[in-house]
Amino acid sequence: MPQQHIEFDVRKIREDFPILSRQLNGEQLVYLDNAATSQTPIQVIDVISDYYKNYNSNIHRGVHSLSQEATNKYENSRQKVQSHFNAKFPHEIIFTSGTTDAINLVAHGFETILNENDEVIVSALEHHSNIVPWQMLCEKTGAVLRVIPMNEEGELVLSEYDKLLSDKTKLVFVNHISNALGTINPIERIIEKAHGVGAAILIDGAQACPHIRPDVLALDVDFYVASAHKMCGPTGVGVLYGKEKWLNTLPPYQGGGEMISEVTFEKTTYADLPHKFEAGTPHVCGVIAYGAAIDYLNGIGFENIQQHEKELLTYATEQLTAIEGLRIYGPTKNKTSVISFNINGIHPYDIGTILDKMGIAVRTGHHCAQPIMDYYKIPGTVRASFSFYNTLDEIDKLVSGVKKAKAMLS
Amino acid sequence: MSITEIQNELIDEFAMFDDWMQRYEYMIELGKTLPLIDDRFKTDDNLIKGCQSKVWLHAEMHDNKVIFTADSDAIITKGIIAILIRVFSNQSPQDIIDAETDFIDEIGLKEHLSPTRANGLVSMIKQLKLYAIAYQTQLSK
Repeated sequence: MPQQHIEFDVRKIREDFPILSRQLNGEQLVYLDNAATSQTPIQVIDVISDYYKNYNSNIHRGVHSLSQEATNKYENSRQKVQSHFNAKFPHEIIFTSGTTDAINLVAHGFETILNENDEVIVSALEHHSNIVPWQMLCEKTGAVLRVIPMNEEGELVLSEYDKLLSDKTKLVFVNHISNALGTINPIERIIEKAHGVGAAILIDGAQACPHIRPDVLALDVDFYVASAHKMCGPTGVGVLYGKEKWLNTLPPYQGGGEMISEVTFEKTTYADLPHKFEAGTPHVCGVIAYGAAIDYLNGIGFENIQQHEKELLTYATEQLTAIEGLRIYGPTKNKTSVISFNINGIHPYDIGTILDKMGIAVRTGHHCAQPIMDYYKIPGTVRASFSFYNTLDEIDKLVSGVKKAKAMLS
Repeated sequence: MSITEIQNELIDEFAMFDDWMQRYEYMIELGKTLPLIDDRFKTDDNLIKGCQSKVWLHAEMHDNKVIFTADSDAIITKGIIAILIRVFSNQSPQDIIDAETDFIDEIGLKEHLSPTRANGLVSMIKQLKLYAIAYQTQLSK
């Protein structure tokens, strides 16, 4: 049973996360790198430990009880993900090693679908993992990559998107939320417009799923991808939601065990969905733990999560903006709890290094989104990203840390 | 002064500080003493890979000694490269090749730097030594 937090009590929630009580460099850890990876609650850690202590086994074809137990729990996770994303069928949920792997699976599949001079559209706000697989796809097929530009506010320019769309457009891929800036993209409109010209669309939900519960059916999206490790789950597990008709159309990604129906040296027939795309032994423990992470998040409640994170974001924005010479990149509204910033004349790396000395974990650099940094003509930013288990007190520590860093580095 | 003598001097200087903040402030100060690279050498070819911030390094040989100049867009990185140049510049190629780098641990630099930055530090040392190897090869011809 998921743990119920009827009322949102951040102090109580923090007790679920053993890592949050760690000391680093003699200071209490302030973990503000949640957009890179989220921390893991004891409820999920216990599931991982229970798996290896009690029913570690290979799934699906074992006749013995352990294998059946593991298979049931693995498939039960698939149903949890299906229900969480509101997919029509469990077999529309494919487990992968992460968001990047899920994107590569789809890109690989489209190699057989795209023709020379077909067009694919990507947005200027993408993570490298939602750019490079498509560039590789274009190189292989002769298709042309088009880019929806961004504006100074860190938002996509939809009027330009309209101009890019045509009957040549076969595929569109956009992230739900930008990892570098936190921009929430208007994916409903983007999906509708893609479908308007008969193109398929993939939404990268890696940054959205820690904050939002996506409804793939209502969105009518063709592919939606996410990672467990940003949703309080383990690393090495991701999910690809694909509409049944698309998953049936795409060829298998990798050959191996599990994904076959019959094998002779003359010909192999492939297994049905979802196994067609899950070659080899999957990350059984990780998938089961991912199910527990989804239960945990739903136990807290996404409304509670959003409300608390909004409070953190508003407070942090106010406090940081008050520091002279500090600039926040990206939108002022319609964004998630990410603050990407620089201080005039100071390299983001220097700020990150000093903050680390104070036990404050932030990310610095280009955040695997170099096109965004090129747009702003900066080497990178300092990115603080907040989760539902962060506190206002931690924001105070961040702000005082940034002030100290500024004094040392100016 | 020999490389070992300079390293010991640095170890003594850093031993005066009790906490990381003083150490970093000193490192930032040392960054200001960095022999700056001539603008015409500030090219992509002279960029050291493996650092999150940009580091340009240039080497020349005068009287059989290697002279290094450098720059960085980050102030702490500038301090680190200044320390390395103080140790390795104006030394013979063979001495640079043979030099141990344990002093980095001893002045509490490596343990106090994040892994990605430590990698940058490793890249810097590697690049300094590569220049020395190249000049040593020239000398042996």
